[in-house]
Formats: sequence, structure tokens, C-alpha cells
Amino acid sequence: MSDHPDVVICPGGPLLLRGEHVVQDEQGVTHRTTRPVSAVCRCGKTSTSPWCDGTHKVIPARNRP
Amino acid sequence: MLTPKPRGTLSQTLFELMRSRPDDLGTTRRLRPEHHDDAQISLWALYELSYRGFEDVEDSLEWHPDLVALRGELETDLETALRERFRAAVGEVPAWTPEAFFDFCAQHDGPSLATYLQREADADQVLDLLRLRSIYHLKEADPVAWVVPRVDDATKAALVELQYDEYGTGNPHLLHAGLFARGLEACGLSPVYGAYVDDVPAEILEQNNAMTLFGLNRRLRGAALGHLAAFEVTSSLPSRRIAQGLRRLGLPEEMAAYYDEHVEADAVHEQLAVRNICGSLLAAEPALVEDVFLGAFSCLDLEDRVAHRVLGEWAA
Repeated sequence: MSDHPDVVICPGGPLLLRGEHVVQDEQGVTHRTTRPVSAVCRCGKTSTSPWCDGTHKVIPARNRP
Repeated sequence: MLTPKPRGTLSQTLFELMRSRPDDLGTTRRLRPEHHDDAQISLWALYELSYRGFEDVEDSLEWHPDLVALRGELETDLETALRERFRAAVGEVPAWTPEAFFDFCAQHDGPSLATYLQREADADQVLDLLRLRSIYHLKEADPVAWVVPRVDDATKAALVELQYDEYGTGNPHLLHAGLFARGLEACGLSPVYGAYVDDVPAEILEQNNAMTLFGLNRRLRGAALGHLAAFEVTSSLPSRRIAQGLRRLGLPEEMAAYYDEHVEADAVHEQLAVRNICGSLLAAEPALVEDVFLGAFSCLDLEDRVAHRVLGEWAA
């Protein structure tokens, strides 16, 4: 449904993936989602790649995605 | 769980009547709490009748008119205090946008237990804090579950999507409360629900009571969801610090894993709670914006009070 998307870009934050997906990270390693909704890092600063760990909130706003 | 230790004249009388003389509960109508600690343990125990109850109290007392009346008085005192603190600290309530809510949480400045755990705490201090946290974490996600039948479809679906993850996505081994219980056990602490309630200060009881106040009263659904959102927004980064502190001290991996899970889960949950849950609630019921921020402020402020108390005791 158009008002209930499976992929959501959060302004300044992660990409939300609803449902089951396999995500390939920068090193080519694949990661299967494990929860109903997953957050994929977009700022590049996460310590739990490919998943968001909230780090975007502590980097300068101009460097956020 | 048995009824907790009384902390003043009200809780002394109340717990005794609840256990052995329920026919005399009318006498509680004349009683007022002796002090803050007495009020908070009394309210906590009255609320517990609606969670798991006590082995030494009849289940039917949950809806006893005299206990409901007393609970109402103690709730009014708590809500009045929370609203006064909110008004004193937050001049004008922000207009709602998800970004305004994230900014509201980011601008709140308070002492950080997580930073202290990450860098300085010793193992005994960490175990102390885990005992205090057990009062909430062993019923993690429960207070806001009461909101589900009280909101429109979009908010209901969004809230259950988040709660489903909190409750282990259908797997009884993955409930967040269960992960915390396993962490406690691995640390040599009791994983039993409510085991440490006699050891916790009034600030912990008040923090727990505020969540139940918001969750159990339909009219406060805005505050319940604002509290949830602020809790999620302030969880990922502190959870990472706490996990690092636990590993620095060589504490069991099971407890570090609980905090690892919250780094990742709450990075999702904060987006869901702010954008989908609070966002849809305020699209349907815009008049609840003040209560959403009341709930958020109360979450942040009550955690500050816990941190002041705990850090103060550790420094002494």
C-alpha cells in the first residue's frame, strides 16, 4: 500500500527496511535481517555495519545523510 | 513476588491490610503518605496488582474500590508533580515534527550513567545499577502495552510492530525482558521479577510509576507514547557505552548482549516510535501534542533524577 512502504528513508538517519531482506555491506558480506523492521546505516559511521547504531545523531548535521 | 517492605506509615498499613485484612481497606481512605518514598512504594505496589500481583495478596483486590480510590489520589500527586516539572523546564511546547522531537531529546542535558559505566564504574557499581534497572527491564515494554486498544488503526499497527520486536517476534526466548533476566543470572544476580524492589530508591520507583501512570490511564495515551519515543531515542548510544563498560570489566557476555541488542533494536525503534507511532497519533489527535512532550520530558527528567541519585551515592 502506498502509505505503508517497505523501504523508508529517514531524513538525516537510516534507511528502514520492513520485512525480510538480505543486505550486502561494503565488504561484500551479506547480512540477513532478523527483526520486523531493520535500520540500515546511511551516514557511514555505524559500528554495527550494515545496521544503524544511532551514531548519525552525534555527527554534525551537515554530514548527516 | 511477596509484597515489598513498607517505607512509611501509609505503606505499612496498606500492605498489612492488602495481605490479611482486605475487609478493612476502607481505613486507607483517611491515610496520606508520610513522605515521597512512602508514596512511591505504595503506588508501585498498587500498580503491581495490575501486572503480576503478589503471592500474599488476593488477585481480586486489583479493582477493590478503596484501593482504586487510593491509587487515584497517589496518581494525582504524581501527575501534578510531573506536569509542574514539565512546565517549569519547557516554556513553550514545540510544534510537532519528528525532527523537533529528536531535537527536544538531543537538547536535554543531564548526567549520564552510561558514560560513567563505560569509563569509570567498578564491577560492584555496575551490579548495583543492574539491580535498580531490573525493576523495569523485567517488565520491559509492558506499561505501554495498555495503550494498544486505545488508539486509531495507524498508531495501533505501528505500536504493535515495535512491541512485537520487544516481545521477541513470537519467540519466547527473545523477549527483551528475558534477555535481561539471563544477563542478571549470568552476573550472579537474581533474575526473579521484582526481586530487588526493596533495594531501590524512590527515584527508581517514581520512574517506573510514571510509565504505569501514563500506560494505565487512557487519557494519558499521548504521554505514554511520548515517553516511549524519548526512551527509544535515548537508548542506542547509551546502550553501546554500557556494553563497552561491561566488557571493560569482564562482566558476563550475556549482559553485554542485552545492551548490544538495544543498540541495534532501538536505532530502529526510535524511528518507528517518533515517526510512525507519535506521528500517526498526532495526525489523528493533534491536541495530544503537549502530552506527547510531557511524556518525553518526564522520561528524560526522571532518568536524570535516577542518575543524580546513583552517581551521588557512588561519589559519597
